[in-house]
Amino acid sequence: MALHFIAEPWHLPANASIHGLALDHHLLLNLWIVAALFALSHLILLLGLVLRRTSAPRNTWRVEYLPLAAITFLFIALAAQAERLWADARYTGADPGALQVEVTAMQFAWYFRYPGTDATFAITRPQLADPATGNPVGIDPSDPHAADDFVTTELVLPAHREVDLTLHAQDVLHGFSIPQMRLQQTILPGQPIHVHFTPTTPGTYAILCTQLCGTGHFRMNANLRVLSPADFYAWLAAMQSAQKAAQS
Amino acid sequence: MTPTPRHQSSTTSPLPPNPYTLPPLFTTDHHTIGRLYLLLALFSVIIGTTLSLHMRLHLIWPGLNIERILPGSYLAIMTVHGTIMLFFVLTTAPQSGFGNLILPAQIGSRRMALPLVNAFSFWLTALSLLVLCSSAFTEAGSPLSGWTAYPPLSAVASAGPGQGLGMDLWLASIALFAIASTMSSINTLVTIIRLRCEGMTWDRLPLTVWGWFTAALLSILAFSVLLAALLLLFCDRHAGTSFFLPANDLVNGTLHTSGSGSPLLWLHLFWFFGHPEVYIAILPGMGLTSMLLANFARRRVFAYRTMIVTTLLIGFLGILVWGHHMFISGLSPYAISAFSVSTIAIGIPATAKVLSWLATIWRSRPQYTTAMLFSLGFVSLFITGGLTGPILAQPILDQYLHNTFFVVAHFHLIMAMAGVFALFAATYYWFPQITRSATCPGRLMSETLGRWHFATTLLGAYATFLPMHLTGLAGEPRHYAQLSGVPNAAGHLLADLLPLNRFITAAAIFLASAQLLFLVNLVRSLRHGQLAPTNPWQATTMEWRPALKNISPIHETNSRADVSDLKIVVYRSPCEYHSSLHPSSFTPQWEPEITLNTTDDDPE
Repeated sequence: MALHFIAEPWHLPANASIHGLALDHHLLLNLWIVAALFALSHLILLLGLVLRRTSAPRNTWRVEYLPLAAITFLFIALAAQAERLWADARYTGADPGALQVEVTAMQFAWYFRYPGTDATFAITRPQLADPATGNPVGIDPSDPHAADDFVTTELVLPAHREVDLTLHAQDVLHGFSIPQMRLQQTILPGQPIHVHFTPTTPGTYAILCTQLCGTGHFRMNANLRVLSPADFYAWLAAMQSAQKAAQS
Repeated sequence: MTPTPRHQSSTTSPLPPNPYTLPPLFTTDHHTIGRLYLLLALFSVIIGTTLSLHMRLHLIWPGLNIERILPGSYLAIMTVHGTIMLFFVLTTAPQSGFGNLILPAQIGSRRMALPLVNAFSFWLTALSLLVLCSSAFTEAGSPLSGWTAYPPLSAVASAGPGQGLGMDLWLASIALFAIASTMSSINTLVTIIRLRCEGMTWDRLPLTVWGWFTAALLSILAFSVLLAALLLLFCDRHAGTSFFLPANDLVNGTLHTSGSGSPLLWLHLFWFFGHPEVYIAILPGMGLTSMLLANFARRRVFAYRTMIVTTLLIGFLGILVWGHHMFISGLSPYAISAFSVSTIAIGIPATAKVLSWLATIWRSRPQYTTAMLFSLGFVSLFITGGLTGPILAQPILDQYLHNTFFVVAHFHLIMAMAGVFALFAATYYWFPQITRSATCPGRLMSETLGRWHFATTLLGAYATFLPMHLTGLAGEPRHYAQLSGVPNAAGHLLADLLPLNRFITAAAIFLASAQLLFLVNLVRSLRHGQLAPTNPWQATTMEWRPALKNISPIHETNSRADVSDLKIVVYRSPCEYHSSLHPSSFTPQWEPEITLNTTDDDPE
């Protein structure tokens, strides 16, 4: 595959999301352009040093402003494409039919809450949050929507369905990063934020914390498990019935 | 300031004798203060480098438990490394160290404009360093929140070890530094604006002076905002305010209900300081590189006026790009598009500078002094580090690369390595200026050791920081204390990067060891270096002006025949080389007539 061949020298982990394809393409284009400019500029630098001295007058327009205009044009072209991709990813929210999952980050763990059969997240109260009692995100049990909400320590998603994640930070800043989904978002406490993407390839992927959050920062991670749709809905049904059993 | 009119600037009149009899350490003499700043920066860079080696070792060998040797956790060491390198090395040495040593002489002044302010700034800076270092010896050690100190991690004492007293000491240290830098920048600006000698018009200023000038302008803006932010954070910690603390923040089991602020405000304030700060660190180096390339290529800097404009433009754009540190921090995506454009735009004046440098040395067969080699190294590192800038300026790519080692590689090459290369060039070039005294000429450093130092440092710098691009692209995040022993899929991702990281650590040890060549050279040359001739590099700028040659006594009635009574006049722009005749034929700025004679002061 051509993309694999041009990606190989750069050590990019395999992409497993829909938007990641265009992102990778643009990133690799950037990297190769930068590598070429690096080689070209150093060639000019070294040639300029070894060639015979000349004192012929030089035209500032030709030597400086023309190459500058060319590089400016290149920057504009790259930036325009980047803005287009950025707008696609971020200017609009998720599709209303996207799978809803809530992510909670805290020193030094990730929790994932699924809304259950009623498709509604119950209210949370930080004073109720206590991982030791099995309620790490502080779900308010008096909320009628609380009974079917369930919380996991790994993120499980179906392939080929868009997911709308609501990211919360309970204490300090955290960074939600899934390198193989080409996704990263800093989470500020007090400011929940949405990100959306569509995984394509089933597999297990790393979720990392990428914003310095304290002594356990390096070990604050979780797994993302992408399943085939059939496997996912079987898993979801199992989790929901387990939650029902636990409540009754 | 003296109220004398411009054409009789205070440099023309003798200074009154210092009314204060201070011990030599508390001097107001700018030359001594400059040397003290350099000494402080040297001490700091040795500490900062030691800390970075500790980090590199810990990363690949977490079982080593070096914590017993150096106080504090990996993150505390990282915080002190970043703080010390950014503030006490990259800001202090070029701007305050060489700024004091060279700037007055380059504009034809015998002093800085505000000597007392100058001395006060230095001692505040020294106190600031002392307070920072003292944080390591508190019970819980230095803070662990990095040099960016994002709240709530930095606002709540229970958020981690070192976030109590250690964090307070950090805040105090940086506040002192901000005050000192602001005062020192005012001094620099007043000196450049008011103390230029007769004939030193703005377009005759060397590009180094333009670098110091722009950096001082940025310093005043940036450090005053930082000081305000530090005070607000201090109030959040101790006065019950909540500028940065959000509502119902649950940190380490304690619920903080009083909050109504946002950490985003800190990010804005901090990076409004933080981004100009990196230009403060590099602008003097850019100026010096331009002048040194020209001097050793025996050519005027190509497109000199464009260079002045691009310096100012980089300064101006530098205050409009802080949002690119927050691409994925929850700003409006439209605001991010705008910050992306301003960030890409700053690449344009930077590219113009690189083109000018390449054109200046193109087919010049320059003289390869150590200072020239380090300047060429600066150009190379600036290009390499700079090229990844436009990549990181694209938010969609930052969404993948943010806080990975790709970013670490980028800023270590363009800011740290290029900045340090400029400092090395400055040290080798201006060593006679550093070591001269009223009675004794300065000394030169060993060129042989210098060339070895250059070759090993360039190799070490690239071997250390180029592979970091790859580990970053592979997904290695910054600020991780270790890569092994991590659970889950992340454990595999990180463990796969260990071999390349072992290589980086080995390269970093090589790079640090190469600096012993510099230290040996420095210590030996201070006492035994070859005595420098008056103008060892056949330079055209004013700091190499012979003390008594070609200066006419002022015509006013003044009986004293002291050197300080003699008027300093500038007759021309810098970089007047007559290369077509002979490489050593040039006319310095202080020369009234163009002379095509070769001078007898050959450097070798």
